[in-house]
Amino acid sequence: MSIELRNVTKKFGEVVAVNNVSFSVKEGELMALLGPSGGGKTTVLRMIAGLELPTGGDVFIRGQRVNDLSVQQRNIGFVFQSYALFKTMNVVKNIAFGLKIKKWKRAAIHARIEELLNLFGLQGLEKRYPHQLSGGQRQRVAIARALAPKPSVLLLDEPFGAVDAKIRQELREWLVTLHHDLNVTTVFVTHDQEEALEVSNRIVIFSRGVLEQVGAPREVYEQPANEFVARFIGVMNILEPEVRDGVARIGELEFPAHDQPNGQKMRIGFRPYAVQISSDLTQYRYHAVLRHTFFLGVMLRVELELPSGLVLRARMSKEEYSHEALYDGCEITFQIRQYRVLAKHEAALAPETELRYQPPPVVGEHI
Amino acid sequence: MAALPLTQPPKALRQSQRGTEEPPFIKWMLISVALIFCFVFLLLPLVNVLAQAFSKGIVNYWESIANPDSWAAIRLTVLVAAISVPLNVGFGLAAAWAIAKFEFRCKSLLITLIDLPFSVSPVVAGLMFIVLFGLQGFFGEWLDAHDVKIIFAIPGIVLATVFVTFPFVARELIPVMQATGTDQEQAALTLGANGFQTFWYVTLPSIRWGLVYGIILCNARAMGEFGAVSVVSGHITGLTETMPLRVEKLYNEYNASAAFAVASLLALLALLTLGIKTWLEWRQARDFAQAQLNQEPDLNGVRTQVSTPA
Repeated sequence: MSIELRNVTKKFGEVVAVNNVSFSVKEGELMALLGPSGGGKTTVLRMIAGLELPTGGDVFIRGQRVNDLSVQQRNIGFVFQSYALFKTMNVVKNIAFGLKIKKWKRAAIHARIEELLNLFGLQGLEKRYPHQLSGGQRQRVAIARALAPKPSVLLLDEPFGAVDAKIRQELREWLVTLHHDLNVTTVFVTHDQEEALEVSNRIVIFSRGVLEQVGAPREVYEQPANEFVARFIGVMNILEPEVRDGVARIGELEFPAHDQPNGQKMRIGFRPYAVQISSDLTQYRYHAVLRHTFFLGVMLRVELELPSGLVLRARMSKEEYSHEALYDGCEITFQIRQYRVLAKHEAALAPETELRYQPPPVVGEHI
Repeated sequence: MAALPLTQPPKALRQSQRGTEEPPFIKWMLISVALIFCFVFLLLPLVNVLAQAFSKGIVNYWESIANPDSWAAIRLTVLVAAISVPLNVGFGLAAAWAIAKFEFRCKSLLITLIDLPFSVSPVVAGLMFIVLFGLQGFFGEWLDAHDVKIIFAIPGIVLATVFVTFPFVARELIPVMQATGTDQEQAALTLGANGFQTFWYVTLPSIRWGLVYGIILCNARAMGEFGAVSVVSGHITGLTETMPLRVEKLYNEYNASAAFAVASLLALLALLTLGIKTWLEWRQARDFAQAQLNQEPDLNGVRTQVSTPA
């Protein structure tokens, strides 16, 4: 286990920024700390680094309890959101700083810098100062500087926050490659769920200082532990049907709820891709009007309005869309292939009540 | 292309380059008023000082300065500056650090206090020290009993100078430190640097120009201070007389050319300070412009135009 947090709590005065959080990061893993801003994820990262001290609980790095170790003693590499490059030093001096402080031999420093400049594609920029570098170059220098003294873990705070969208995409792919090559345990903070899903091996999701779920990207996407995760990771349709005679109903939609008492409210969620649409009005059970089409690149998102006024979001490929000859305002039929029960009553969000349901095709049922 | 207007605007309007600019007459009037004012009240007196200093020839000029009493005044001035400037660099760094990097309750009070010497008349500042350390003052008896001389001696002059020049370094450093933030220092810590290494390799280099700026302003004021020093020094020729006091005494003794010779040294100091200050400002502006220029060209990837398929 490379990093482990046990019941870590952090309070700033009366404000509880991190509340009883426990998770661990395996050796060589690329882990994302994901959550909305103010969720406590950066505080967790800073506590691992030793830049903040936990109010309660223990932090372990490679099996050693580091609560009482200072930042300098923890041997971590930290990349700040602003990169925090030393603006009075050029690229080489920035990267060499940690090595000089750690009293490496001159020849060893030279060799290490050469190695890092090659690895990070920074040749030719040795004498440049931070203000003479582009955003992407600055980030690479910041990571090279953090990695130079061979830290046991690499921590990155919103590594892609300060660059524009196009470069961000390149940097994501680059970080994955870099991690693959170096295999150093890496934890990064992000508020962008797409980024977390794409880049990391595993994701820790926080909201308001509480750990909501830990899991592989696919796991948190397909099996969100609770409503917060379901809403935060990707788009989800969330409905609150009421149970009557063993069926939960809202508008036209019906979901089986055999064991539930009458009048019980449930909360049900399904991903837009779980909604299957056909322009053949006899194909599926439910009818709706296609209200809007959102172009997302390869995929399209459409908004469906049911006769009862209920609005659902669905997702389909461009090919499907043109195959079905859909257009804004056209009438369609649809079915929900897969959904999850998020809670059986409003207050409790119990992940163990999960229920997977594959409705049989309902071709021709309403003829 | 928009259609050209059929009629040209009247001449008077066309002459002003922008819609918001004043007519040329007002513009030039304001510029000449400012220039004439600077010339008459700033440049002319300065030139006059030099002219008066050399009015009796260069030999006389040199003799005026080499006069033992004047020479003592010069030495004392340098000594006082050499003590009070480093002290204020220390105080200024500490105060600026506290204000820029920490949050605490009495922060605004501290900022006000740092500015206090700017708002208190130097004469009042001098009197404050008399009241504290003078023979009839608060600590007067005790000091006299232990044979410690502050007032009418060098310690008093140093105290008064330190008080008057206190704000310069701190005032220059606070905005620089606030703009720099603490990220770089934190980065140094994560790379293993201790507190002193962080200060020496990271903090100090990033504030060096602000610090130099503060030091030269502080030094100029320390050497040129008259009011506060005049009250506490006792004007003992050859012992507690600084250059500004010496100038006044020589002038009162109708020794104008000698007075102006010493004054010319102070004027030279002022010009030197102004020169360094301008150079530093130019440097900072250049660095800033460079930083702006080297910002990443963000619009490389023009967003692809998309349209909803029909």
